[in-house]
Amino acid sequence: MTQTGMDTDVFQAFVVQLERFVRERLVPAEKETEKLNRVPDAILAEMRDMGLFGLTMPEEYGGAGMNVSQYVETIRILSWASGAFRALISINIGMACSALVKNGTDEQRKYWLPKLADGAIAAFALTEPDSGSDAAALKTSARRDGGDYVLNGSKRYITNAPFADMIIVMARTEAAALPKNAHISAFLVPADTPGVSIGKPEEKLGQNGSQIADVILEDARVPAAALLGGEEGTGFKAAMQSLDAGRICIAAAATGYAARILDCGLRYAAERKAFGQPIAQFQLIQAMLADSKAELYAAECMIRDAALNADKGRQVSLEASCAKMYASEMCGRIADRVVQIHGGAGYLKEYEAERFFRDARIFRIYEGTTQIQQLVIAKNMLRRMAG
Amino acid sequence: MKILVPVKRVIDYNVKVRVKSDQSGVDLANVKMSMNPFDEIAVEEAVRLKEAGTAEEIVAVSIGPEKAQDQLRQALAMGADRAILIKTEETVEPLAVAKLLKKVVEEESPELVILGKQAIDDDSNQTGQMLAALLGWAQGTFASKVNLADGKIDVTREIDGGLQTVSLKLPAIVTTDLRLNEPRYASLPNIMKAKKKPLDVKEIGDYGVDVAPRLETLKVTEPPKREAGVKVESVAELVDKLKNEAGVL
Ligand SMILES: Cc1cc2nc3c(=O)[nH]c(=O)nc-3n(C[C@H](O)[C@H](O)[C@H](O)COP(=O)(O)OP(=O)(O)OC[C@H]3O[C@@H](n4cnc5c(N)ncnc54)[C@H](O)[C@@H]3O)c2cc1C
Repeated sequence: MTQTGMDTDVFQAFVVQLERFVRERLVPAEKETEKLNRVPDAILAEMRDMGLFGLTMPEEYGGAGMNVSQYVETIRILSWASGAFRALISINIGMACSALVKNGTDEQRKYWLPKLADGAIAAFALTEPDSGSDAAALKTSARRDGGDYVLNGSKRYITNAPFADMIIVMARTEAAALPKNAHISAFLVPADTPGVSIGKPEEKLGQNGSQIADVILEDARVPAAALLGGEEGTGFKAAMQSLDAGRICIAAAATGYAARILDCGLRYAAERKAFGQPIAQFQLIQAMLADSKAELYAAECMIRDAALNADKGRQVSLEASCAKMYASEMCGRIADRVVQIHGGAGYLKEYEAERFFRDARIFRIYEGTTQIQQLVIAKNMLRRMAG
Repeated sequence: MKILVPVKRVIDYNVKVRVKSDQSGVDLANVKMSMNPFDEIAVEEAVRLKEAGTAEEIVAVSIGPEKAQDQLRQALAMGADRAILIKTEETVEPLAVAKLLKKVVEEESPELVILGKQAIDDDSNQTGQMLAALLGWAQGTFASKVNLADGKIDVTREIDGGLQTVSLKLPAIVTTDLRLNEPRYASLPNIMKAKKKPLDVKEIGDYGVDVAPRLETLKVTEPPKREAGVKVESVAELVDKLKNEAGVL
C-alpha cells in the first residue's frame, strides 16, 4: 500500500508559497532569532498560519496529510533557513503525529491531533542524564496509582521544552528491562501538569533560537488516559515506528541547510578577489565547490529515494540511517569548506559562514549519532545477508 | 458587493529573462511562471475588503493558457471565492483582454474591478484604462490606498511629485500600485480549500469578441550590457566628460 499523501498539484502550489515564505520571511528573521534565542512571536504566528504545524496530520484532524516524500521535501525547503524554525515544528509533525496516529487511542487522537496541527507545540522527552544512545536504559518511572500514573525522573536536552504545550514522556512502567523494551511506556503530558518543571535553557554551540532544557518530573500525576494507546509497554515501539521517517527528516534538514551554505560559499567565491581575480577562478577553490556540489546532490538523491521507499511501505531502516549519516556528515564538510573559502572572514561572527559552521555540527549528534547509524546500517546489512 | 479581479500568468519576477535567438520574443520553455505581482496586490486588496465586510464575493478571472489555472488557484487560496479561466494559447493584447473582461463584467455585474496597474512581462499598463473606457466607468489608477464607503471609493494615487486622491462613483475600475498592500502567502490549509472552490473554464469563442492582434512585434533584443564605470579626479573632469563624452550637458 503506497502512501499517496496530498494531491500533487496542491503540494506543488504549497511548495511555491513555502519557498517564498522561507526567503522573504524566515531568512530575514534569522538574525533576530539568533539574538533573542527564540523565534519571534510574529514569525511563529505566521508559521502557524501557513499550516506548518499540521503537515503530516491526517486531514480529518485538521492537517494536510503529507506522505513521507512530501514531508521530507517540505523540511528540505524549510531548512534553507535556520534550524530554529524547523525545530519548533519537528516534534509535532514527526514523533507526536506518528505516535498518535499509529498508537494513540481514538480519544487521544481527537484531543491532541487538531491542537498540534493548529500549532500547540510538542516536545519529545527520551534522553536522560545517564541514557542517550542507550535510550532503553532510561530511569524515569511511571507508577500506577488508582486511576492515575505518577511520573518521576529527569529528562535532558529536550528540544522545545521551554515552549512546549505537551510533552511526550518516555518512562518505565516495569523496573526490570523486558524483551523488545516492553518496560517502557509513553505518556502524553500537558506541560502545565503540576510536578512538571522545565530547567534553564542550555547554552549551545549553534542553532540558537531553538532551545533545549531539562524536564523534571516530581510526582507528576496524569490520568491513565494519558498513557499512549492505553496500553503499557508500547512506548518504545511507538518511538521506533517514527524513527526511520525522523532520520530521513534530519537528513533532509542537513541537506537543505547544506544547499544554503554552499550557495553562500559560491557567492563569496565569485565576489572576493585575490591576486587580481575572483577566487572562484582558482582551481583549488573550484575543487571545494565541486566536491560540495556532488556530495549535496548525492544526499538529495538519498533522501528522495529513502522517502519514496518508505511511502511504498518498504522497510527503510538501512536507507534512512545511510541518508542521515551521509547528509549530516556532508553538511559538516560543506560548512567547513565554506569557512575555508571565506578565509579570515569565515572565522568572524559578522559573516554567515561562522554561524553555518556552528549550526551544522548538531546534525551528526541527535536522532542517533553517526556511530549509532553505523551500527544500524551494519546490523541491517548482516540481517539482509542472512535473509 | 461583488469584486472582479483579473490575474495574469507571467514569468516569475526572480527569473532572468532570456531573449530567443531569433529575436521573436523571450524564452518561456522551462521558465518559472507566477501570478503577476501587481495582480497579487489586487487579489489581496479584494480579500481585505471582503474581510472588512465591505465585499461579499470575489471572482478571479484569467485569460491565458490551461496552466493559468495555477494562478487562479492561488487567487482562490488567497481568498477569492470562484474563478474563471478564458483559455487561449495565443498572446492576447491589452485591448482584446479589455474587451473580454467587459463581457465578463456584463455577465457578472461586479461593482468594482481591481486590476494590477501593469503586467511585468510586457509592461503595457493599458488594460485597466481600456476596460474603464469600454465600460464607461470611472477609474482610479496606480492606487496606493483605497477607501470604500457610501457607494463611492476614494483612491489615493501615486503621481509625479506626490499623492492625489480621487473619489469615484461605483461601479469603478481600480489599478494597483506596489505600495497598496503586502500580499499574503497562500497557506497550506487555504491551498487545500482552494482545490474545492469552483473554477470555470471557458474558450475565447464563448465571448464573441474580436481578439485579432493589432500589434506586430518586429524584434526583441537584450538590453545593452552596462559598461564598467570610471572614476574621475575632479569636478572639472566630471563636467567635461558629461559635456563632451556623455553629451548630457
Ligand atoms: C540540540 C540537541 C537537541 C536534542 N533534542 C532531544 C529531544 O528533543 N529529545 C530527546 O530525547 N533527546 C534530545 N537530544 C539528545 C540526543 O538525542 C542525544 O544527545 C544523543 O542521542 C546522544 O546521546 P548522549 O548525548 O547521551 O551521548 P552518548 O550516548 O553518551 O554518546 C557519547 C559518544 O559515544 C558514542 N556511542 C554511544 N554508544 C555507542 C555504541 N554502542 N557504539 C559506538 N559508539 C557509541 C556516541 O556516538 C557518542 O560519540 C538532543 C540533543 C541535542 C544536543
